[in-house]
Amino acid sequence: MIDLSLNCDLLRRVLAGFIVNEVRKAGFSRVVVGLSGGVDSSLSAFLGAEALGAENVWALLMPYRTSSPESQEHAELVVKQLGIQSDVIEITPMVDAYFERFPEADQVRRGNKMARERMTILFDHSAKLKALVLGTSNKTELLLGYGTLYGDMASAINPLGDLYKTQVRQLARHMGVPEVIVQKKPSADLWAGQTDEEELGFTYEQVDQVLYLMVDRRYELSDLLEAGFDERFVRAVFGKVQASQYKRRLPLIAKVSSRTIDRDFRYPRDWGK
Amino acid sequence: MSRHTIALAQISPALGDLERNLALHEKTAEEAIARAARLLVFPELSLTGYFLKDIVSSVALPLTSPFLGRLRDLSRRIDLIVGLVEETPERLFYNAAIYLSLGEIIHVHRKVYLPTYGIFDEQRYLAEGGRIRTFRSGIGRSAILICEDMWHPSAACVASLDGMDVLISPSSSPGRGGLEEGKTFANARAWETINRAYAQLFTCYVLYANRVGYEDGACFWGGSEVIAPSGDTVAKAEYVSEAILVADIDHAEVRRARMANPLLRDERIDVTLRELERIKREGAR
Repeated sequence: MIDLSLNCDLLRRVLAGFIVNEVRKAGFSRVVVGLSGGVDSSLSAFLGAEALGAENVWALLMPYRTSSPESQEHAELVVKQLGIQSDVIEITPMVDAYFERFPEADQVRRGNKMARERMTILFDHSAKLKALVLGTSNKTELLLGYGTLYGDMASAINPLGDLYKTQVRQLARHMGVPEVIVQKKPSADLWAGQTDEEELGFTYEQVDQVLYLMVDRRYELSDLLEAGFDERFVRAVFGKVQASQYKRRLPLIAKVSSRTIDRDFRYPRDWGK
Repeated sequence: MSRHTIALAQISPALGDLERNLALHEKTAEEAIARAARLLVFPELSLTGYFLKDIVSSVALPLTSPFLGRLRDLSRRIDLIVGLVEETPERLFYNAAIYLSLGEIIHVHRKVYLPTYGIFDEQRYLAEGGRIRTFRSGIGRSAILICEDMWHPSAACVASLDGMDVLISPSSSPGRGGLEEGKTFANARAWETINRAYAQLFTCYVLYANRVGYEDGACFWGGSEVIAPSGDTVAKAEYVSEAILVADIDHAEVRRARMANPLLRDERIDVTLRELERIKREGAR
């Protein structure tokens, strides 16, 4: 009933084709990706290299002083294995300079600031390298809102946005992402020992099943309970999806004219491409 | 001659770019001519691209448009089925497929069933066609059903009773769901079932021309195919890559299928009509 396995051979062709097609249509030939050392950004880099060739993929490693050294080692493993170009840009000076004025800021504010600092660097490099920013957000975190709006959620094109986290792992393994990266506990790496699953309160295996049934198969709450899922868990997941809807949409525009952007002024993004 | 060589153009049209797509049609036709095809079938909306949204009115063409002149000329060398947005004198826009032969448009099919659910929004932009007709083409008595039309068995049934030997379906089908281990897209599998089922149930050839390429992230899966009246696959193009699929069809196969399975002979129009009229009268639909 719940089959999150993948035809990796075909999917890989579809996603590499997506990157080639959308990058070229936008008039580019290169991509730049923020490489954290985690499985998502590693897979994006692998797909980018497969689609455009290693010489057309730039990886930016952007550690903060509290980032785990292991993360950078893993990112460097990917750079080396793929033979892509890379640069290390520390974000500590920029982030710390800002929070000197706001020393009381909590982890959430600091984490968001780091994610957005990285975003500005990626988009500056987009202009510098004439490269599109390749996204790394998967479907699980997009649906749960487990990402920073205009931070790690920002990109030009995202090959992973319709793959659940457990599917990202499968495809990553299939494409040869180092096993140490595929197997480690996912983490936003904002402080030592942080893991996604601890913060979210459930495992990706659990939540991917509920999300798949809820989103892809259109199960109602009652259907999910009948399928044997715990009500509190299901309600918690649904609450997160609903509460984060705004993150998946453009900012709301107050409608006053006869034709409003994205409401009744509707063109495909590939308009004229 | 009961054998014909036909070709299906599994191309990737550019969204909203008539000129570029016209050039792509001409290039593809040259190759089909070189490979001795009598007919070349392009996918749904092959001249315009599929997810047009508000571009619809900008790329719509009256069938008298000089823009179609080059295709008319080309059709003196090879029959063509081309997809476009047709604009009528009443300023209605149709998702249409035209059959060009010897410099003339000899048949127009306007898509009857406009999908407006999920990723589709056709009824927002387009008018519904109201006719399902067979016509005499260079490869025999044919009917064109565009994409979603094929998901309504009543449409194929009408065409069959109208004398269809060859069912031609230009399509722009984006792959969705079901990419599990060892499987292709769920809707691609459904298409492959439909094509084979129709070939067998209506004892006809099915020519399914699906496009490839991407629009706003959606991937058209290709997999164009020619299915014989036996349900056997005559030829099949690869998934997600461009191709010109060339195959032979043989009307003796239609004859043999109808001798083995005289389904068309035994069709009961009177029963069907009576029951349909009853259902309509009773207001169930």
